[in-house]
Amino acid sequence: MSSLTMGNRFGQHTSVQSSSNRPNTLTSGHRACQGCGEGLAARCAIDAAYTAAKGKIAVVNATGCLEVVSCAFPDNSWNVPWIHSLFGNTAAVASGVAAAFKNKGQTDVRVIAQGGDGGTTDIGMGCLSGMFDRNDDVLYICYDNQAYMNTGVQRSSATPALARTATTMPNSQYNGSDPETGKNVPDIAMAHGIPYVAVASVGNIHDLERKVAKAINIRGAKYIQIHCPCPLGWGFPTAETIRIARLALKSGMYPLFEAENGVLVGSTPIEDQIPVEEYLRVQKRFAHLFGKRAIPENIGILQKIANNNIKKYRLGGM
Amino acid sequence: MLYQLEGSQAVARAIALCRPEVVCAYPITPQTHIVEGVGELVRSGQLKNCQYLNVESEMAAISVAIGSQAAGVRSYTATSSQGLLYMMEAVYNASGLELPIVMTLGNRAIGSPLNIWNDHADAMSARDAGWLMLFAENNQEAADLHIQAFKIAETLRLPVMVCMDGFILTHAYEKVDLPDQKEVDEFLPPYKPAFSLDPKDPCAIGAMVSPEYFMEVRYMAHRRQLEACSVIEKVGIEFSAKFKRNTGGLLRTYHTENAETVVVAMGSVLGTIKDTVDELNHTNGNGKFGVLSLISYRPFPDKEIREALKNAKRVIVVEKAFALGRGGILAREIELALKGLDIEIITVVAGLGGRIITKTMLTEVFQQPKGDLIFLGLREDIIRQEYKTVLDQRGA
Repeated sequence: MSSLTMGNRFGQHTSVQSSSNRPNTLTSGHRACQGCGEGLAARCAIDAAYTAAKGKIAVVNATGCLEVVSCAFPDNSWNVPWIHSLFGNTAAVASGVAAAFKNKGQTDVRVIAQGGDGGTTDIGMGCLSGMFDRNDDVLYICYDNQAYMNTGVQRSSATPALARTATTMPNSQYNGSDPETGKNVPDIAMAHGIPYVAVASVGNIHDLERKVAKAINIRGAKYIQIHCPCPLGWGFPTAETIRIARLALKSGMYPLFEAENGVLVGSTPIEDQIPVEEYLRVQKRFAHLFGKRAIPENIGILQKIANNNIKKYRLGGM
Repeated sequence: MLYQLEGSQAVARAIALCRPEVVCAYPITPQTHIVEGVGELVRSGQLKNCQYLNVESEMAAISVAIGSQAAGVRSYTATSSQGLLYMMEAVYNASGLELPIVMTLGNRAIGSPLNIWNDHADAMSARDAGWLMLFAENNQEAADLHIQAFKIAETLRLPVMVCMDGFILTHAYEKVDLPDQKEVDEFLPPYKPAFSLDPKDPCAIGAMVSPEYFMEVRYMAHRRQLEACSVIEKVGIEFSAKFKRNTGGLLRTYHTENAETVVVAMGSVLGTIKDTVDELNHTNGNGKFGVLSLISYRPFPDKEIREALKNAKRVIVVEKAFALGRGGILAREIELALKGLDIEIITVVAGLGGRIITKTMLTEVFQQPKGDLIFLGLREDIIRQEYKTVLDQRGA
């Protein structure tokens, strides 16, 4: 109620989520964990897309957390046309859906593909690149919780440097995920020259909704990657999801930006940058960086990544 | 109308006559000329109202077809060999999602060693994937089976794989009678999906199913496979009534009535087999040999096969694939269909990786089969030499 009241006063700041006409594309009662960043991101993103496309959307979902929590037969949490095919082919299925609507002359039906970082940056990368290459009329949303959470927190190519996962366990020899590995899929998407690429976060819902609403009505291939903290996989209390997401933003560890046709066109400036340590300390996946065996240089590696992000994506202002 | 056409071009034109709305293309020998042909028909405007997508892999090809079919339009793709294996996860997925996609399989061996020539190992790898699988004997049948396939698929809500031998059919020029558009439109009505991704009537497709329901789902899929026999037969009869040609159906018999030995096979080798049997019957003058051409491999028409073979003394199954360490695949299924009957069953594995199958080879093996698992034309000298090397390396 309070947000609705605020919405009445500051109309331009109203979020889709605070509206009494919220479409509830992903209804309550699904089986996501408490504090799930991905569930929150998906609800906000698909609601925003639904609103911007006047209800005419179709969603293709990769195998993963979001899929298993929302479609366990006989239950179904989606109030939109929705299909799940496989783990690695989501972008291609969406290309097919878009081709069908195009042929039927129904280009007003906007097609969304969505998946986690594993389904996007690893096993789904080939089909994703093909969809970008053909500039198919699909918005691909990657809910990035930075590991394979559905199978029990294994490393993906989106896992940050030095993070602990079930397949990058720190010990006396190793310090979590190898800092020399990993890939930047928003940059890869930009390199395809597609009309729109954006990075968003559940730590900034207004920005997330705005980017989805903008992307959904652009013709051609679009890619949005959303930072989704995972209480279970990262090791933090379930009430802290939004705070952790915001610490990532303020530290520069997750840069929010937009690019059109391969060119950076805007980014969300960091007003008061915090040291990465403030973001890392509150997560068990980085606990080994602060224990008895801590190597001081490791924090420096991550601080350098944050500093590079700030420079590269102009988070100090355009 | 009669045309002198390459098999692939005949199939491409037959596909165009079926008015698919989404076609996805990824090259793999020997199927490539088919998707090239469809692409040409789209670009020249002969196939209107069709989206033609150049995709980046076979996995994408079948996945695009899954997406477009789920969004309510008739979809087609083609593949061969390694391509089928590469898309296999989605091949199972398409049948599980009950999407009536039609796909051509230009049959080719599976490596390693790499081999681009014809056999049936690729098709056999998909035998349990829940697709209907029809085998064409010649290019006329290949073209006709595709027209029938869309009707069968859409009636049953099951995907259909039309198998045609790589090179032997796909690259062979033959006389093919292609129907005109009006006739095909009368035979094959526009696709009406039972369900689709529709914002006006949202549905969720592809749920996760727990142990409480999974067996029932699979059993229903099994039941539909069994029901498919009558649908394939019915569509074949409708087709021959309309187009005055006996192509399709479950199987065809050739001089089986009084035959002591019946040869069973699938695909293009049946032509050589029939010629061989004609000569044998002519020489012996007593019609001892007959042929059963199996068109529908999935569903497997047990009842019809048993009926056709019940009076035979010996059945020789000529097959272009086998289960390593086990023997014939088709022969074991024939054996099951003939359970309880006193019929000798002999497996002849032939033509692997494009190895030539001649009348001389067949004549010999049909008259005097040596053993119940024969590898036709196997070069024993190479095997002896190679096996000696293997044993030496093992220090045995």
